[in-house]
Amino acid sequence: MTTVRILEIVIPGLLLGGLYALIAMGLSLQYGVARILNFSHGEFIMLGALTTWTLFTALGVNPFLALAMCGPAAFVIGFFIHRTLYKRLLISSPSPAVFESSSMLASFGLMFVIQNIALLAWGPEIRGYSYLSIPVNLGGALFGANRLVTLGVAIVIGMTFYLFISLTRTGKAIRAAAQDPAAAGLMGVNINSVLALCFGLGAGLASVAGMLISMCYPVHAVMGREYTIIAIIVVVLGGLGSIPGSFIGGFLLGLIGSIVTQIEPGLALVAYYAIFVLLLLIKPTGLMGK
Amino acid sequence: MDIARLDLRKMWTPALLLIALALFATLPLYASRYLVILLTSIAMYVVLTGSWAIFSGPTGYISLAPAAFFGLGIYTSAVLGRTSPLPAVILVAGLASFLVALFVGALTLRLKGIYFAMFTFGLVELIKYFLLWYEVEFTGTRGRFVVVVDNTTIYYVMFIILATLLLTAYLIRRSRFGMALQSIGECEEAAAHIGVNVNLLKTVTFAISAIFIGMAGAIMATRWTYVDPYIAFNPLFSFMPVLMAIFGGIGRFGGPILGAVVFAYLEETLITRFPYYYMLLFGIVLIIAVVYLPNGLVGLAQILQKRISERRHAHTGR
Repeated sequence: MTTVRILEIVIPGLLLGGLYALIAMGLSLQYGVARILNFSHGEFIMLGALTTWTLFTALGVNPFLALAMCGPAAFVIGFFIHRTLYKRLLISSPSPAVFESSSMLASFGLMFVIQNIALLAWGPEIRGYSYLSIPVNLGGALFGANRLVTLGVAIVIGMTFYLFISLTRTGKAIRAAAQDPAAAGLMGVNINSVLALCFGLGAGLASVAGMLISMCYPVHAVMGREYTIIAIIVVVLGGLGSIPGSFIGGFLLGLIGSIVTQIEPGLALVAYYAIFVLLLLIKPTGLMGK
Repeated sequence: MDIARLDLRKMWTPALLLIALALFATLPLYASRYLVILLTSIAMYVVLTGSWAIFSGPTGYISLAPAAFFGLGIYTSAVLGRTSPLPAVILVAGLASFLVALFVGALTLRLKGIYFAMFTFGLVELIKYFLLWYEVEFTGTRGRFVVVVDNTTIYYVMFIILATLLLTAYLIRRSRFGMALQSIGECEEAAAHIGVNVNLLKTVTFAISAIFIGMAGAIMATRWTYVDPYIAFNPLFSFMPVLMAIFGGIGRFGGPILGAVVFAYLEETLITRFPYYYMLLFGIVLIIAVVYLPNGLVGLAQILQKRISERRHAHTGR
C-alpha cells in the first residue's frame, strides 16, 4: 500500500470522525449529565443544517455567520425545552430509572414534532449548496477545502468545550452534576440550571454540527435520525457520559467507517451497528466509561 | 353493593367479548371492502401494541425490537410465499420470530433499562442494512414481490392472530407467570430473591410476544405485494407500538389496545391527506401523554370515574 492510498483512507476517516465527535459530544452532555437519551438530537442537527442552507441560498449569509446565529438560537431552544418539559418530568419521576425511560419517550415525541414542522416548512426535497469546495492537495491525495475546514472547526470546538468543562466554575458544576445530581444540589449547585444548560449546550453543538454538515453533504428534513443513531453509537463507544470518550469514539468510528468503505462500501453501516451491538453485549460502559 | 357491581362486571366482560367475536367474524359478509381493510390495519396495530405490552408492560423494559420481528415475518412471507401454503408461511414466521427473540433475549435481557432499548433499536438497523447489502450483493435485487392474498383472507388471518394474542395476554396476566413478570417490573432483585427465575422468564415472555408480531408481518406483506429492507424494517414499527401503548396506558390490560385502536384509526384517516400533520399530532400527543398522563387514557378514565363517584357521594350528603 502506498502512502497516498493510506492517506486516502485515513484522512476521510478523520474528516468524518470530526463531525461524529462533535455530534456525539452534544448527546454525551445530554445523556451523561442531564440523563436524557435524546432521540431528537439529530433533529437539532437538521434544523441547523436547513437554517444555514436557507440563510446562504436566500440571503447570501456566510455559513460561519449563520453558525454564530444558529448555535445560540438552538441553545436557547434547548434550554427552554429542558426548563419546561424535562424539568417537569424530573419532578414527577419517582426514580432516576423512571426518568430515563420517560425522558427518552418524550424525546421521541419531540423528534416527531420537530421533524414534521421542518417537513411542513421546508418540504422533503434534498438540498445542497456549494461553499469552499476547492480541492486541496494533501501529500498526493485530494480533499475538498470545505471538509478540511469542517474538521478544523470540529477540533477547535471540541477543545474549547473540553477546556470549558475542565477549567471553569460552571464546568465544575457540570461535572459534579454528572457524578451525583442530588449531592451536587446539596453542595449549592443550582442543579436545574446546570441540567438545562447541558441540554441547551447539547442542542447548540448539534446545530453547529448541522451547519458544518450542510457545507459538505446534501441536507433534507428527515436527515436527523441517521445522525441521532450515529451519535448514540459514538456515545456508547466512548462511554456514556464521558466527553473525551465521545471525542475519541467519534474519530475511531470515522476511521472504521472509512476503512470498511474502502473494502466493501455496502457494509459501512452494517459495521457501525455490528460494533454497537457487540459493544453493548461485551462492554456496555464503552472505552472511557467508569 | 360494590361487590354486586363487581360480579355483574365479571359477567359482562365475557358476554361482550362473545358478541364482539361474532360481529367481527361475520363482518366481511356485509361490510364494505374499505371497512374490512381499515379493520385489518387497526387489528395489525392492536397486535403489534398488544404483543409489545405482554413483555414491556409488566417488566418495564422498553423494547424497540418489534420492527425486527415484523420485518422477519415480512421476509418469511416474501421468501416462502410462492412455494408454501399461507398457514404454513404464517406459522413459520411466528416460529422464526420466536427463535430469534429467544436468542436475542437470552443474550441481552441482562442489559438494564436504557441499554436494552438502545440495543433493540440498533438490532433493527443492523438487520436492515445487512439484509440490504446481502440482497444487492447475492440476489442482485433490492426488493421482492410477495404473493397477493385477497383482503378477506388477510382480515380473517389478522383476526385469528389478534384473538390468539388477546387470549394469550389474558392467560399470562392471570397466571403465576404474570404475577412473576409483574414482580420483575416492580423490583427485579427482590423478584430473584423470592425465587423467580428472572432471566428465563424475561426471555421466554419476550419470545412469546415476538411470535404474534412475526405472524402479523407475514400476513401484512401479502397486502403490500412489494417489500424491500427499508419497508420491512422501518423503525416506525418499533416506535408506534411503544407510543400507542403509552398513550392508552401500559399498566392495564385494555390500555395498549385502546391506544392502538385510536391511533390506527387516526392514521388511516389522516395519513393519506395530511401525513406531516398526523405525525406532528402524534409527537404532541406522545409528549402530553408522557408528561401529564403517566397511566394513559385508561388512567385518565379512572381518575374521571373516581371524581364522578366522589361527587355522587357528596350529593347524597354524608
